[in-house]
Amino acid sequence: MAVCIAVIAKENYPLYIQSITTENELKFHYTVHTSLDVVDEKISAMGKALVDQRELYLGLLYPTEDYKVYGYVTNSKVKFVMVADSSNTALRDNEIHSMFQKLHNSYIDVMCNPFYNPGDCIHSRAFDNMLTSMMMQVC
Amino acid sequence: EQEKGLGALEGVGFRVGQGLSERLTKETPSFKDELDVLKFLCKDLWVTVFKKQVDNLRTNHQGTYMLQDDHFLLLSQLSNGKQYLEEAPKFLAFTCGLVKGALSNLGFDSTVTAEVLVMPCSKFQVVIQKS
Repeated sequence: MAVCIAVIAKENYPLYIQSITTENELKFHYTVHTSLDVVDEKISAMGKALVDQRELYLGLLYPTEDYKVYGYVTNSKVKFVMVADSSNTALRDNEIHSMFQKLHNSYIDVMCNPFYNPGDCIHSRAFDNMLTSMMMQVC
Repeated sequence: EQEKGLGALEGVGFRVGQGLSERLTKETPSFKDELDVLKFLCKDLWVTVFKKQVDNLRTNHQGTYMLQDDHFLLLSQLSNGKQYLEEAPKFLAFTCGLVKGALSNLGFDSTVTAEVLVMPCSKFQVVIQKS
């Protein structure tokens, strides 16, 4: 189950971050922040190779509990980070991939909203609902 | 007065360019370099907006690009003679903003100017700022 989803701008500040529970929220924020370093590493490693947009990071970022942190980068260098509880081992690669696709679609809709200024925090209710349903659905 | 109007048009084009480039690059693989981004502009973006590709792309390989559209959609309804040659650049302000916005969303700051020498052919000059 996805416990936390974040949208990070290309300048590495969060445009949107939401956790499924309000307790331990700071922990998830910190997890997302540390995962950004790994994301940057992967981006610079991509270099000249013609790679997929999709990028996956799997691993233990937090030593005491198991969390899997996934990353995804768009062509406009906006990063999506998803923290998932790895006690749910049924969560497969292509499920995560399709979740990121939906996230990307919602983000595009936010971008196309003429009342939204790129670079601002995202306050769209539709976006909120989409993300909440995504986090709920995977539980 | 007119400058403000054209500036506003370019601003609108900028915002549209940002959103459009986000939507169009969803499925495309990552761009290798500046030239790749320009090629995407000339093919995918131009086709989406103007139903055709840019006819000619030239560059000096130092950040300046020239996009030439020999039959620009927005000028096609105007007479091909010299009658509206002076007024024509006003119709290009939105497109300049569009190109600028798309480039900015993909990570490149630029200045875009347009000129019309012979109707309906229009040339857009893009200068990428080196940061």
